[in-house]
Amino acid sequence: MTTEQVKVLAVVAALVAIIVIVPNANSFVILLFTRALVFAILVMSLDLLLGFTGLASLGQAAYLGVGAYLTAILATRYQIGLGYDFWLVIVLGAIGGAVLAAVFGLLAIRATGVYFLMITLALGQCVWGLAYRWNSLTGGDNGINLRVRPRFGINLANEVTFFYLVVGFFAVSLAAMYVLVRSPFGRSLTGIRERELRMRILGYNTWLHKYIAFIIAGAFGGLSGVLWAHTAGIVSPENLVLTTSVDALLMTVLGGAGTLVGGVIGSFIVFGLREYLSTVVPWWQYVLGGVYVLTILYLPTGLMGIPARIRQRRARSKEATEERKLASVPP
Amino acid sequence: MRHSSRRALASMLLVGGLALAMGTGAAAQGQELRIGYVAPTTGIFAQQGKDMVDGFQFYLDEVKNDFGGAKVQFIVEDEQGKPDTAVTKAKKLILQDKIQILVGGLLATTGYALAPVSTADKTVYVVPIAAADDLTQRDLSKYPYMVRTGWSSSQPSHPFGQWACEQGYKKIVTIGADYAFGHEVVGGFQRAFEACGGQIIQKIWPPLGAQDFGPFIPTIRQDADAIFSLMVGPMSLRFPKQLAASGNKKPVIGGGTSYDEFVLPSMGDEVIGHISALQYSAALDTPLNAEFVKRYRAKYGKVPSYYSESNYTTAQMIHKVIADNKGQFPGPEEFVKRLAALKIDTIRGPVSIDEMRNPVQNIYIKKVEKKKMFGYDKDELWNTVIKTYPNVNQFGQFKKDEFLAMPVYSRDIPPCKYCQ
Amino acid sequence: MRAVDAKFWLIQAFNGISYGALLFLVGSGLSLIFGVMRIVNLSHGSYFLLGGYVALSVIWTTGSWLLAIPVAAFTVALVGLAMERIFLRPLGFDPLRQVLLTVGFAFLFQQAALDIWSGNNFDINPPNVLTQSVEVGGIYLPLYRIFMICTALGIGLILWLVMEKTRMGAAVRATVDDAQMARGVGIDTSRVSMFIFALGAFLAALGGVIGGGFLSVYPGLDFEILPLAFAVVIIGGMGSLGGAAIGALLVGLADNFGKALFPEISYFTLYAPMALILAVKPTGLFGRE
Repeated sequence: MTTEQVKVLAVVAALVAIIVIVPNANSFVILLFTRALVFAILVMSLDLLLGFTGLASLGQAAYLGVGAYLTAILATRYQIGLGYDFWLVIVLGAIGGAVLAAVFGLLAIRATGVYFLMITLALGQCVWGLAYRWNSLTGGDNGINLRVRPRFGINLANEVTFFYLVVGFFAVSLAAMYVLVRSPFGRSLTGIRERELRMRILGYNTWLHKYIAFIIAGAFGGLSGVLWAHTAGIVSPENLVLTTSVDALLMTVLGGAGTLVGGVIGSFIVFGLREYLSTVVPWWQYVLGGVYVLTILYLPTGLMGIPARIRQRRARSKEATEERKLASVPP
Repeated sequence: MRHSSRRALASMLLVGGLALAMGTGAAAQGQELRIGYVAPTTGIFAQQGKDMVDGFQFYLDEVKNDFGGAKVQFIVEDEQGKPDTAVTKAKKLILQDKIQILVGGLLATTGYALAPVSTADKTVYVVPIAAADDLTQRDLSKYPYMVRTGWSSSQPSHPFGQWACEQGYKKIVTIGADYAFGHEVVGGFQRAFEACGGQIIQKIWPPLGAQDFGPFIPTIRQDADAIFSLMVGPMSLRFPKQLAASGNKKPVIGGGTSYDEFVLPSMGDEVIGHISALQYSAALDTPLNAEFVKRYRAKYGKVPSYYSESNYTTAQMIHKVIADNKGQFPGPEEFVKRLAALKIDTIRGPVSIDEMRNPVQNIYIKKVEKKKMFGYDKDELWNTVIKTYPNVNQFGQFKKDEFLAMPVYSRDIPPCKYCQ
Repeated sequence: MRAVDAKFWLIQAFNGISYGALLFLVGSGLSLIFGVMRIVNLSHGSYFLLGGYVALSVIWTTGSWLLAIPVAAFTVALVGLAMERIFLRPLGFDPLRQVLLTVGFAFLFQQAALDIWSGNNFDINPPNVLTQSVEVGGIYLPLYRIFMICTALGIGLILWLVMEKTRMGAAVRATVDDAQMARGVGIDTSRVSMFIFALGAFLAALGGVIGGGFLSVYPGLDFEILPLAFAVVIIGGMGSLGGAAIGALLVGLADNFGKALFPEISYFTLYAPMALILAVKPTGLFGRE
């Protein structure tokens, strides 16, 4: 079996394990897993940008926000989305994220590196500012309360049922992105990340490629927003705050950019720290900060990059011993 | 299995079963009461969260965790100032720790986030701080397991508006933080003040967290008799300073949080003479409160704010219900009924709960003065109580049905008829 | 409509300028750090806040506000120095990792500040003379605001002199323009970087002490002031002191007039121009590329 097939098998096995084990754990664990998986969809969308296209965005939370607020406003004002039209809201949320990304992308895609970070930060803050101040639409800092979960044949108010739904969406998103990054389009994105100049010389419209990737990431972000609104049952400007986007970035890097699943692992770790560790010790913030710092310093390729680094080191030490052997042979 | 081992197994099971039965019997005697508390203990609201937890814990320490025979297990979870984390932690408390009573929530958003959780999981939710009006008004029917023991935002404003008329003020300018809580405090004041002949001639809304009031202070109309301000957190510190520096000579009155003991120790002489209204003041000159302030200050090094008092009183109220039931938790529906029927004397005065599960209590009009109080040897700022309005409920001087027929107070409700 | 007359505009302009003065202190440091080292320092707001807290400690122990200013500024400068040497230097030029590292530190600083100073809101009380107001032509001008403006002008002048007239300043300017060339000419760019980062932290902390008397000191101030500092840098231009001054002035005035005239969309009116400027000229209005 190729390494690729092994990896796919491992991911599938992990998913199956989650589906089987988690529902039998206590409800708090189920809730944590649900939240981490929903957010993981956002993180994977960010990985699409960062790991595969080389664009580090500090404003991804905006797309989650759009999807979440859209869901909340439709549900509380127009009673849309609480029955079979839940699926309609899913589509609308994804479209909302995509549209916002299309608009923002026009402004942002020309920039690279630090400037891309800055402009996505500013754009993310714009969306936050609107959510915070546009009281009549978003409820301002009070947020919007979705009191019930949708029912369409199945009752999503049941934590386990909702968990299965989330796992389903997660798996589908993961599969879709996997297919995307292995497609010719996806490969050209990786090419752009490596050597944009060369891609342009080869005749690729790199701006368009990046723009499309940005929109796709926005769509997945919007999707995660719809699910997020129903997970917590409350949408507030807190969901759009800068630290949310930064958390997503950290999760991507912690797990390993460019691996898709790395971001998922990162999501579990950070959520575990924020929501699980905080129930055990009061100094969890130090651990979180420490994780940020240590990851950046010592694990630039993230957790998924560890096997590769071990291999590298082993190869290098093998080389070194070879060289020493050669050097010790008398001429 | 062999015959002997089967018998051994059976006897083990029997003994084990007996032990279990006796064990539960013993437990039922000194039953454990599990109370879960949700507050921000990290993040930007950490200090308010700490005061909230300290207030509750202070009461528990005084009664040695014994509520009339029930042993209280107090579990505190950090909601980090985020409403969805509050939901997660509440669920953890309810589903994993199997608490019987959920208490807490600082922000209105948190209150609104936790109330549906209490309904879905059929758990009692006691609200000591979150003051959003509609929790116990237009939205009450959705939350049958929720009881508020603190206050509603507009509750102190209703008698305060009346008091303003009595002082002879005719035209007042309001300046309040632009979010739901600010709208409700100001709205209640406007309604009450205009109902007795006053006029609100201007409503200014600086955004929540505004640092520089430079844009707003110069716009205050000169023909006002007084200024009504509603500030929270750091805004409460900055606004009076900047107002004084701008040369303001008009009397300043305000919402309770503008001068609450949470911020008062850090304020300067610029707030002397400012008047506000709330259901508590640390300067309340009753023997019960004097004792409380002295003991609290000895333990925690600061004068208790309403964050602490409200939680202390809440613990006291829960104690009374449990103690009256011989130390047994009577089940969620019954507990809510009994808590809602309670009449009790507390640090802040006599408290009872109205039929919409919000407290009926004294509202104190308090004035900032610099003096020595309760035997302390330094001059400090205190909120001296200058008038008491007894038995104020959340609708104040207005009829409940009329009140509820109107939409909740917001930026433009009541509308500013006298603004230009 | 309120009485919108000459007095109104004058007061608003004065308020906007004084707020801009504070933003200059916090933004100039960030602009230099970014211009010289291309580092996106998300813990800059933390330096501002720590400056305020350290000043409080000094005031509480010695009672001297005057002493608090340099002590706070130098202490935080040392913290910044340590951070740069030990943590940022090994990263090299990698904006993503810098962002995440500095944010990690921001979280650590926030928690540490909470543990050391508690979460109560504090005021930094300047000497009484500064809390008065002068009346000029019917308008009350708070002396503290005038003090803020004077401090910003003074600091700006000193910085300009250092940049233009000293050798270190020349080295800094060379490094901003072209780090490669500067190294080629024999300038020790790593020493320049160290100096600039410490200076940036120094200025931020100074802003924190001065600002503390105006804004008060409380948890959350770090992340509130950070986007404003970035707005100054982006609008004014990265690496340019003059740009930072103009950017600070513009942000101060825009924020002030925006809130006075269009309070509903106040945050949007700050970030939208930022985004637009970045889209059109990524290095900011006066930035050099």
